Amino acid sequence: MGLTLAALADAMPGAVAQGLIWSIMAIGVYITYKVLDIADLTVDGSLCTGGAVCLMMIVNGHDVWVALIGATLAGGACGLVTGLLHTVMGIPALLAGILTQISLYSINLKILGQSNRGLMAIAYDLPVTSREVNDALIFLAITAVLIIVFLYWFFGTERGCSLRATGCNENMAKAQGINTNVNKVIGLAISNALVGLSGALLTQYQGFADINMGRGAIVVGLAAVIIGEALFGRLFKNFALHLLSVVIGSVFYYIVLQTVIWLEFDPDLLKVLQAGVVAVFLAFPYWKGKYFKKIKTSKKGGVTNAGN
Amino acid sequence: MLEIKNIHKTFNPGTINEKHALNGVSLTLDDGDFVTVIGGNGAGKSTLLNAIAGTWQVDEGNIIIDGIDVTKLPEYRRARYLGRVFQDPMNGTAATMEIQENLALAKRRGKIRTLLPGISGKEKEEYKELLKILDLGLESRLTAKVGLLSGGQRQALTLLMASLKKPKLLLLDEHTAALDPKTAAKVLETTDTIVARDSLTTLMITHNMRDAIAHGNRLIMMMNGKIIFDIKGEEKKKLTVEDLLHKFETVSGEEFANDKALLS
Repeated sequence: MGLTLAALADAMPGAVAQGLIWSIMAIGVYITYKVLDIADLTVDGSLCTGGAVCLMMIVNGHDVWVALIGATLAGGACGLVTGLLHTVMGIPALLAGILTQISLYSINLKILGQSNRGLMAIAYDLPVTSREVNDALIFLAITAVLIIVFLYWFFGTERGCSLRATGCNENMAKAQGINTNVNKVIGLAISNALVGLSGALLTQYQGFADINMGRGAIVVGLAAVIIGEALFGRLFKNFALHLLSVVIGSVFYYIVLQTVIWLEFDPDLLKVLQAGVVAVFLAFPYWKGKYFKKIKTSKKGGVTNAGN
Repeated sequence: MLEIKNIHKTFNPGTINEKHALNGVSLTLDDGDFVTVIGGNGAGKSTLLNAIAGTWQVDEGNIIIDGIDVTKLPEYRRARYLGRVFQDPMNGTAATMEIQENLALAKRRGKIRTLLPGISGKEKEEYKELLKILDLGLESRLTAKVGLLSGGQRQALTLLMASLKKPKLLLLDEHTAALDPKTAAKVLETTDTIVARDSLTTLMITHNMRDAIAHGNRLIMMMNGKIIFDIKGEEKKKLTVEDLLHKFETVSGEEFANDKALLS
């Protein structure tokens, strides 16, 4: 052990690969959190669903690529359930996500058959493994770019524009004849499809699926979105560049995480650190608003006093 | 064009906050009618517009637009017949989207949203021409985010959006109330221009009696969820603020004193 720079440098490609894998999930979080203005907690469950479906399909002899598609569709189905709970049954979005997430715990256990299952990387021709990090990096970078291109196209279509309007101003969207409920369901399904794909790639990379692999995923996603915004918010105006900033945010996050581990920070405390950082960043706009409000009220107070 | 038959709406029924907001309103608008609606706070003006727009379902009665009974249709399905401008300038546009994107959304009102491009190059040219009507210089800022515009600019843009795809009925819910007097006058002027250009059937709520008299060919006054006064044509042209105040006094009796400030 010891703080050798060589050890840190050795760990970097792996950190970047993990960052890219999680960035696909973070893009999903961006769609719900930023575009639709919904905090969707389904992701903590659907990430594992994607991993579990991918693993079981590969183990049962399906093609690796078919397994990736299967995982993506399974993730999308999870988002569909949350969307229907929210729109058809009128359950608040946050709670709908939690309900899906908790039920997915049981479903994921049933898919995997046990709480943890390994995937022999040598036995299959996997595009992403920790054994071949350089190949994995190339594949993941291309995948991330393709996803950004696809979403850039989609959110520029009539349907995509109406989705953005739904998240921005629901009153306006309805007045323009947009069925906002359908759009929310579509958005949640696309978002969780990406999360499922991310879970599948993570399972391949680490060589196993675990029932707890998605725990706290929403926090990682938010961290990536927030870091990306902090780094490039003023620079990037284009939607595709926003998504790119999420990817960079996620990679940045994993590099920092790797560095913290390298500094021999107690790994048990990582989640506290993670939550703490996100909490502070989320609090920022609130504190800012409070500060400005204070100035405003004090001015008003002054005017009232003068009137009296 | 619009036919409202005896509609009722009660909010919070059976509770201490029960409010009979619409109490048997019937109203028929002819093609091209421009009707101004006045009344004190809580008279039911906005409730009437929301009932037509379908913000919620009415308890009783029917709403028929151009021969189609829309009483049971959800808000987004009725939108194909309606153009709407809200009191709050923030409400009618999507702040994080570009001016041209907002217009493109409005252009597709009532149409199924496909996977075709959300805005075409041809449209952009068209919007540039249309924005000139507003005389606010927005024609050179097509790609600016709407959130950067002032309240008056947003309201004018909303008005243009509401008329982009000719609506069967234009609903204006005190759309100048949140603006400063100069901007309000300008937006009202644009309203007249657009309504006249497309001969739109219009229902406009206002708190300002002078505006109610100066605009449109017909005026209705509401109180306690009912229409208490309905005047049109030559008779309306001769109407003065004093006439209206007097009318209000005779119908409402002592309540007048409370509402006077609001109506002036």
